[in-house]
Amino acid sequence: MRPLTEEETKIFFEKLSKYIGENIKLLLDRPDGTYCFRLHKDRVFYVREEIMKLAGNIARKNLISMGTCFGKFTGSQKFKLHITALDFIAPYAKYKVWVKPSAEQQFVYGHNVMKSGLGRITENTPQYQGVIVYSMNDLPLGFGVAAKTTQECRRADPMAIVSFHQSDIGEYIRSEEKLV
Amino acid sequence: MKKEEQKAKQTAKVKDKGQNDLKMKNQIASKNQKGKSKNVQGVKRKKQEVEEEEENSDESEDESDMEEDDSDVSDSGEVTGYTDHNKDWLKPAKSGEADSDNDDSEDDIPDDFSDDELSDDDSDEDDENSDEDDEDLLPVEKKAKKLEKKQARDKSRQEYIGQLRKDLCTYYSYNDFLMEKLMQIFPLEIHEFLEANEVQRPVTIRTNTLKTRRRDLAQALINRGVNLDPIGKWSKVGLVVYDSQVPLGATPEYLAGHYMLQGGSSFLPVMALAPQENERILDMASAPGGKTTYIAALMKNTGTIFANDANKDRAKAIVGNIHRMGITNTVISNYDGRIYPTIMKGFDRVLLDAPCSGTGVIAKDVEVKINKDEKDIQRCSHLQRELILAAIDSCDAKSSTGAYIVYSTCSILVEENEAVINYALKKRNVKLVPTGLDFGREGFVKFEKHRFHQNMKLTKRFYPHTHNLDGFFVAKLKKFSNKVPVDPDKQGTTENVTEQQETVVVNQSSEDKGQSSEEISQKSPETKTMKKKQTNVKKDKQGKSKWMSTKGNKKQFKPGQFKKFKNTSKGKK
Repeated sequence: MRPLTEEETKIFFEKLSKYIGENIKLLLDRPDGTYCFRLHKDRVFYVREEIMKLAGNIARKNLISMGTCFGKFTGSQKFKLHITALDFIAPYAKYKVWVKPSAEQQFVYGHNVMKSGLGRITENTPQYQGVIVYSMNDLPLGFGVAAKTTQECRRADPMAIVSFHQSDIGEYIRSEEKLV
Repeated sequence: MKKEEQKAKQTAKVKDKGQNDLKMKNQIASKNQKGKSKNVQGVKRKKQEVEEEEENSDESEDESDMEEDDSDVSDSGEVTGYTDHNKDWLKPAKSGEADSDNDDSEDDIPDDFSDDELSDDDSDEDDENSDEDDEDLLPVEKKAKKLEKKQARDKSRQEYIGQLRKDLCTYYSYNDFLMEKLMQIFPLEIHEFLEANEVQRPVTIRTNTLKTRRRDLAQALINRGVNLDPIGKWSKVGLVVYDSQVPLGATPEYLAGHYMLQGGSSFLPVMALAPQENERILDMASAPGGKTTYIAALMKNTGTIFANDANKDRAKAIVGNIHRMGITNTVISNYDGRIYPTIMKGFDRVLLDAPCSGTGVIAKDVEVKINKDEKDIQRCSHLQRELILAAIDSCDAKSSTGAYIVYSTCSILVEENEAVINYALKKRNVKLVPTGLDFGREGFVKFEKHRFHQNMKLTKRFYPHTHNLDGFFVAKLKKFSNKVPVDPDKQGTTENVTEQQETVVVNQSSEDKGQSSEEISQKSPETKTMKKKQTNVKKDKQGKSKWMSTKGNKKQFKPGQFKKFKNTSKGKK
């Protein structure tokens, strides 16, 4: 367990900002305590400082998780955001996509969002922008990347992909052992 | 002597009468000779018993006969013939008594059907016949015959119970060992228990109060075609699911962490633990995290929870559940729970949901019926003892809010529950406190050969057939001192004698001071020995240094120690 290096922080924040923009600072300056990011076994954990200090008691090989896992650094030093981070990025999301109830299941089974399943989309979403996928009753389901701008979506045919799938809450079941 | 005998006969007679009358009722329709002769035989048997008793009481047969003759008005000078004259002798007295003793039924029935006389007549004949047969035999042979008959009837209780056990084993396909244990726990309701084990418990879910409310969740699930109801008055977060058109473990609500699939009984230890906000809590054997997430929900994501599990693969399930439920205050570790105090101490509360034989959840896992034997139970019990000591050691007695330890198992066997708690009471400075659960059965204070601490009734047991929950045991302990009583066998044997004398004195003084709030418990030998050890700690500085060092702590986990301790404690008593 160690703080992120300069380079890691840069990569990590770049990735985060794709979804929540400058709201990252809201994650760090919280009124209810000091929170920090820590790296443990290539995973980035977002954790309250006191908990982090207490977790220091536990040997590295025995520590499995603390606080919330945001994602991991891949072998090629890219950052992969995990579904476990959804709780923290959903409230600050800048661009959102809502899917119809009929397409909900499709998405949580790991498929892309089609035009036919698209319920709503935030105005002025640029192409390849990170988006949070919601169900129609505002339940965050996962996140992805906008395949088309909002303007293009209006004219797209029903089978066209609106948003590429990146991560969804179905992974809690599908890949439970890979979360951390 | 005479009067006593007569009384005995009289009571025997009255019993016979009662039996006769009952039988008569059954046989009203068929008043044939056979039925009556049967009755008479029954009467005779009883009489023979009485006779035997008489004979046993150092009196010869002849003498007793003589006495009967004296006392009787009617004439039937034969040995076994006193059936009749006894009845005659009873009759007038009975009619007099019956009026006062409101025994209407007994009087009425014979009057209505006039069976009394009939049976008397029959018995006369029958008795004569049998007497003629018997007269061919020597008195010794007669006695032998009687004894044989008696033995044939008097199969011992053990035999009947054994037969019942065998039958139950075959019918419900248990192994003999487990069935014996179960029959000890449920001498009367074994059948209900076994039947309950054949039926699945209802599916229950727990609302994640961090993300939603029960009413909203219920509404959302009803919209998905789930039929559910609140679990009961005792829980505000539980829901019982009767039937569902969708898989409950894969609805979007489940994936979003709005609820947890969890047995109703799993709520109980957490409710007993009653975690407060901003505390530091240890869940020693937490996978798959159902109870951990409940604790976190009760704490509203404040404080710190350490969720530990010895199995790394199962610990991954904790990760999934905790993240799904949106819990941020938890550290997940993978240690053997037995060494946890060497890693971290000072917890406000500790939950130990110990690994167990699973005899309370036979409905879930039928394998348990067959594959558990004495050794498995011993192994579990031993591990549980080690774990509970580790749990107590991890807890901080000086905590301002807590210092509570909750021990729970999904087993109903006494070896894994009360015996473990009793062991902890002896070994550490802890006391039992009420669990705060207002239902469930009290734990056993006495069980078979065991005599536990009398506060053991504060523990709670839950059974499938009484509460429709999984079989469960919950005990709540409060730690009142961080000192660990020194193992008595570490001191020399010669010292022991003098120490014992000393400690008795100290014990009294400590009682005067009222060191512990448990007044009652001080009378019991267990706490006395515990106190003795406690005082030993104060006296013996060497011992103190021993328990302070981690090496000493580790030593306590060696399996051999327990046996030694048991022996010495017995010797002390």
